[in-house]
This record gives sequence, structure tokens and C-alpha cells, in this order.
Amino acid sequence: MTLSKRVIPCLDVAGGRVVKGVNFQNLIDAGDPVELAKYYGEAGADELTFLDISASVEERSTTLEIVSRTAEQVFIPLTVGGGVRTAQDVDQLLRAGADKVGVNTAAINRPELINEIADRFGDQVLVLSVDARRGKTPSGFEVTTHGGRTGTGIDAFEWIINATSRGVGEILLNSMDADGTRNGYDLEMIAKVRGVTHVPLIASGGAGKLADFAPALAAGADALLAASVFHFQTFTISQVKAQLANQGYPVRR
Amino acid sequence: MIAIFDYGSGNLRSASRAFALTGHETVVTSDLAVCLASDGLVVPGVGAYSACMEQLINAGGEVLIQERIASEKPIIGICVGMQIFFTHGIEKAGHAGLGIFDGEVSQLDAKILPHIGWNNVVADPASKLFRGLANEQFYFVHSYAAKRAIPDSMTSWCEYGEPFLAAVERGPVSAVQFHPEKSGAVGAKLIANWVESL
Repeated sequence: MTLSKRVIPCLDVAGGRVVKGVNFQNLIDAGDPVELAKYYGEAGADELTFLDISASVEERSTTLEIVSRTAEQVFIPLTVGGGVRTAQDVDQLLRAGADKVGVNTAAINRPELINEIADRFGDQVLVLSVDARRGKTPSGFEVTTHGGRTGTGIDAFEWIINATSRGVGEILLNSMDADGTRNGYDLEMIAKVRGVTHVPLIASGGAGKLADFAPALAAGADALLAASVFHFQTFTISQVKAQLANQGYPVRR
Repeated sequence: MIAIFDYGSGNLRSASRAFALTGHETVVTSDLAVCLASDGLVVPGVGAYSACMEQLINAGGEVLIQERIASEKPIIGICVGMQIFFTHGIEKAGHAGLGIFDGEVSQLDAKILPHIGWNNVVADPASKLFRGLANEQFYFVHSYAAKRAIPDSMTSWCEYGEPFLAAVERGPVSAVQFHPEKSGAVGAKLIANWVESL
């Protein structure tokens, strides 16, 4: 009996559509988040993550509808992040059918938001999303915003320790240095963050080939998030899990 | 008719959708008379033990659950909805539970908490809930659990840092620590098994 290592596809959505990085041949409408969510659920995804990158309030309003339609059809956990600013936003997402909510920039601007969410809904609903890159802070890793474009001067490890003390269920660690490179996960950052927190760690950014996944687990990740390699069908979730199983990691199949 | 008790805790829509998937409509309600009269009552629960217990008591749930058990009417507790069936919860300051099952709920002895993800459940061979699901993976999200066997019950076990109770069944009372409504096809099968037992 062992807890399985999770494999989690991430969909970027805006205005009710999957907005980038999807090239599916075998779906009727690969731009429909609900259809993709169903596909991934059947393909063995352990969870799903929607990242709402809507630029406007109008676009954002469709996200709740997508979450609701997805939750009606997909019976694995769904995390929704992007643009969550208040406990009220969390309440709306949970009511729509999200199981967990990712919080990022708003918590950096106002850390009390973490306490407010955790006190009202429990730590377990809150996924702290940390976009970090190498920088001149004490740990050598700096928190960024705006998809890695803006440095905050905040030390990533201090932020993780601060946030988890307020009530966080998991950390989604996005390496802004590795993101988009397809050269593998940021093993150094994963290993160092593993050393400063006791909550589960989801590694994100850099997955490009099948051999990239197991090293992230060896570095200390509990779950592996990837986007383009799944959306472009570079390989399937089953292939990732087979590779992990071959390396001796427990997976759900 | 199956009722999902809405006392302010839990992702009620997930539960009701999962029942719908198995072909069983549910009523999500805080109406005690409806809950009492239902063929099966679902008691969800997320968040802190003490907050759940207080919300349950304020909603009249303590009396409701006792009345259902006294008249042998089935109930199923999910996640913290399971934990509050025990005598006591040691979370933060600690809080008395409903005492249906003797024992306490305490933090898992594991390096990484919460316990989040899919883990194997070794089912009690006599279990009705796990019929056809002897050793399947279910989705867990929790840091606390009951860890002692319950006499005169069917107990199914999981392990994370240490063994803990994944499910208990005794008479009309069933309880699961994991989320069947989030556990894909095996979760749907477990829900169907419970409904068939009503």
C-alpha cells in the first residue's frame, strides 16, 4: 500500500476555451476544456488543473460555467487557479465544482488571503502556486509574477515557509527557468524546496521527454504537472506512468 | 430517496453528481424531516473537525444522526463526515465527536501532510461497500484519521506513514475516509454498492 505519484495535465483556459498549446487530432473540439478534461480523465490523469488566464471580467465569467460542466462529467479532482483574489472567488469556484483552488499573485500582494481561505474552507482546498526563478535573494530563488516576467524581490523559500504557516494544502512549484525549455524539470529547485516544506509538492515546468518525469520524483516531488507534452500528444499519460513504474515509483493504472 | 445533508460543510454538488452518475438522484437538503425520512443519508464534511462538528450540531445533525441509527436507517459519512462519527477529534484544540464509533481521530504519522492522492484500500472481505473492489485505489485528502480497529465492524484499511481506517461499516452506519465522489470508476462502483445495500 503506497500513495501513488500523481500525473496532472494542466489546461490554460480563457473565455471558455483552451487557449494555447493544444493540437489534438482525435477530438471533435480540442478547444473545449470540458471535452479535453473528459479525454484526460479517461486517459488516466490523476487530477486536472485549469489555469484561467482570462484578461477580462467577461472572459473570466465563463470559467465558472466550464468548471461546472467539467465537474458534471469528470470524477477526478479538479484544481482551478488564475486570478483568484478573494475568499469569495474561492467560494464561487468550489460551488461550481472545483475541489481545490490555486492562489498566486493575490496572496503575494496580501498574504492574509491564505489565512482567510484556509480558515473558511480548510487548508486542503488551497494550492499555493509559486512561479520562481533564479535570482539574487537569500535562497537564490525569487518569486515572480506575470508568468515569470516580473520579479518581486521576495525570496521563494521564505515565501513558501510563510505561506504554509498560514495554511496551504499543497505547493505547485513552477520553475520559470525551466518552463517552456522542454529540458526537464528544475531538479535543483524541487530538491531545495522539498527541504523547507512538509506539504505535498507538485513540480511544474520543463517536461519535454518521457525520461524527465522520474528524476523530478527522485528530487522530492509528489506529483508532476505538464501541459504541452500531453496537449501535443508527444506522449500519453499512460506512457509516463509506465516509465515511472519501470523506475519503481507507485502509480495508479 | 437519498438525501445529502447540507449543514454547511463539503462539496455537495460533487457528491450529488457522483450519485447521478450511478443513476441515483439525490436531494441536497438541510431539511431535517427530509433527511430523517430518506432511504439513505449522506453526511459529507471537509475542513476542520471542530468546525464540522459545530456546524453539524447547529444544523440539528447530531440528533438527526442518532435518530436514524436508533431506527436502523442507513447513513454514510465521507471524509470529515466519517471522522465526526468517532468519539473525539484531536485537531488543534480537539473536539468531541458523535461517539458512534469508539476511538479518536488524530494526525497521521507521516513526513508529508496532508495525505493527498490515490492510495490502495485493502477491503474487509465481508464488506458490502467494497464488493468487487478488494484492493483498489481511492482518492484521499486528509491529515487526520482513526487508527484503531472497531469491534463488531467491518474495517477496511489504508496506509500512509502508518495504517489507518479507510472505511468502517457497522449496521446502518458506513463511513469512508476517502472521497468516492472523486475516485473515478471505482468510487462510482462503491457508491452503487452502498445504494444497493439500502
